[in-house]
Amino acid sequence: MITLAHLLTLSGILFAIAVAGVFLNRKNIILLLMCIELMLLAVNFNFVAFSRFLNDIDGQIFVFFVLTVAAAESAIGLAILVVLFRNRRDINVEALDTLKG
Amino acid sequence: MLVEGLFYLFATILVASAIGLIVARNPVYSALLLVLCFFTSASIWLLIEAEFLAVVLVLVYVGAVMVLFLFVVMMLDINVEEMRRGFTRYAWVGWLTAFVVIVQIVGLVAARRLGVDVTQGMVPLPADYSNTAHLGRVLYTEYLYPFELAAILLLVAIIGAISLTMRRRRASRSKMWPGKSPPCVTSACGW
Repeated sequence: MITLAHLLTLSGILFAIAVAGVFLNRKNIILLLMCIELMLLAVNFNFVAFSRFLNDIDGQIFVFFVLTVAAAESAIGLAILVVLFRNRRDINVEALDTLKG
Repeated sequence: MLVEGLFYLFATILVASAIGLIVARNPVYSALLLVLCFFTSASIWLLIEAEFLAVVLVLVYVGAVMVLFLFVVMMLDINVEEMRRGFTRYAWVGWLTAFVVIVQIVGLVAARRLGVDVTQGMVPLPADYSNTAHLGRVLYTEYLYPFELAAILLLVAIIGAISLTMRRRRASRSKMWPGKSPPCVTSACGW
């Protein structure tokens, strides 16, 4: 029998792995974007689990919108990445210090 | 019992491929492991009877977003070795953060103060219940305006992505550079 605790723990582990991935791959923008996708997947897991276990369909509607926003985000992010590579021939995050922040 | 066994199988594959994603040397391997993550997640969503979202996850993510990722990864000429330098310097921060996040979330789940009993199973749905029909009915009535806003958002994203990456080709190239090859400004001659 799958319980809510199973799914919440799994999504917590998934989210934590994605957070660790952001620290490990902090130079590579493509992998940072992939880690963000993984985080969104973990959040969607929580929505689907609660929606199913509380018998409330609204959670699944929300997952629908999260998927929409995530698709738009990755399309824009990859477009920015392509423009960045075209201008600098490099996608190293550490080289992006034009603003001297 | 079978459902539980399948859940543990898929969860193991999911966690293993997520770890493989963040430590893989080649970004192409990372993208393919992310595809595996999405497939196993869709399987788990099927197990808890969220069929429509499982299908949408495979169609939208694996079919569109991950293909876009793979396309960009393979199109850009990335110096992987340069990216890997200093990989382990901050690794302990990453693992420490991950450990803290896991402890917090598992602690929350174990504390049973979510307002819901987390140790109970699912209420089985009736045999003639259609997840897709229910979602569609709610989406097109109660959530109609958010749905239209999402459509506008996707339109804006399309226009933004195109206008970011489009470059106008020089029309009168041969007039401007008589007798010699033009400077490499278009995507046709590489970056």
